[in-house]
Amino acid sequence: MHELSIALALLEVAQEEAAAHGALRVAAIHLKVGPLSGVWPEALSGAFELAREGAGPAFADCRLAVEETGVTGRCGQCGATRSAVSIQDLRCSVCGVPLPEIVSGRELEITAMEIEP
Amino acid sequence: MSGQTHSASRPDASTRIVQVRQNVLKHNDLMARALRAKFHDAGVYVVSLVSSPGAGKTAFLEKLLELLRRREARVAALVGDLATDNDAQRLAKSGAPVRQITTGTVCHLEAQMVEEALADWRLKELDFLLVENVGNLVCPASYDLGEDLRAVLLSVTEGEDKPLKYPGIFNTADVAIISKMDLAVAAGCDVRALRENIERVRPGMNVLEVSARKGIGMERFADLLAQRRSAARQHPLS
Repeated sequence: MHELSIALALLEVAQEEAAAHGALRVAAIHLKVGPLSGVWPEALSGAFELAREGAGPAFADCRLAVEETGVTGRCGQCGATRSAVSIQDLRCSVCGVPLPEIVSGRELEITAMEIEP
Repeated sequence: MSGQTHSASRPDASTRIVQVRQNVLKHNDLMARALRAKFHDAGVYVVSLVSSPGAGKTAFLEKLLELLRRREARVAALVGDLATDNDAQRLAKSGAPVRQITTGTVCHLEAQMVEEALADWRLKELDFLLVENVGNLVCPASYDLGEDLRAVLLSVTEGEDKPLKYPGIFNTADVAIISKMDLAVAAGCDVRALRENIERVRPGMNVLEVSARKGIGMERFADLLAQRRSAARQHPLS
């Protein structure tokens, strides 16, 4: 149920972008989903197919391309952005120091669209 | 863990790729940002509460309302539930203005719902606004409500590994509150293990232990809110 509202919101933003670019057809929406976003990519893909039906002819055969990102944070010890050990363990995977600041992992972002102008 | 792509393919000859870089929930974010500015201008400090169903949000807010009103703070509350206005009625017994947001089937509050619920309230006449989210540790993580402080509540009966099961919500919250501490021994809860797990999913997170029913730790939370509110009023919104 939740992924359906996300899919609807996704299509709303995609429709605005399509209009801004004067697109006749949208072939694909590229999405970045982080593990801390609260969204499960597989459920989202299913919900997308349902939501797409109400989005108009431009989206009739629009594909959803999901890139799953990882959790990264700024490591005070390494002085760089590093991957966390896991989402249950926000420590630097290189030196083991806790990462208080997340750089990536929460995104739910449309990065790009493939359009037919 | 990163870089997995589903259904990747090259675009066909008739299409071109345009960069978008828009948050899927951008409408919610824009509304939340507008709310945040509105709250800041009105001088009202907004606290939202998330938890599993049954962790004790309403009891916590009942006690908090009582304490804040005793300190002569002007406080109002919004409560989100799928159905019934039972929680709003409970909170209204404090004498504070309270409104219920009934979401129907929606499993979380969104900024738009908060905006609509505030309607005719004069925010300048409030010091604090408390927002109780729908009982759910997953979906609320995605939706900014424009609050100043988000507290995640978890009770001693939910298991020490709860934070490990729901890292997303801990990452969007500012403070964790362990509730029903009066039951910790009876529930066999290893509070130290629970705190360690919170630290693992959110290093450096401030954790408070409370019992709303017994009045443990509640004044401390009210103090924290008062401190955060005066600090917020001294800084322009960035």
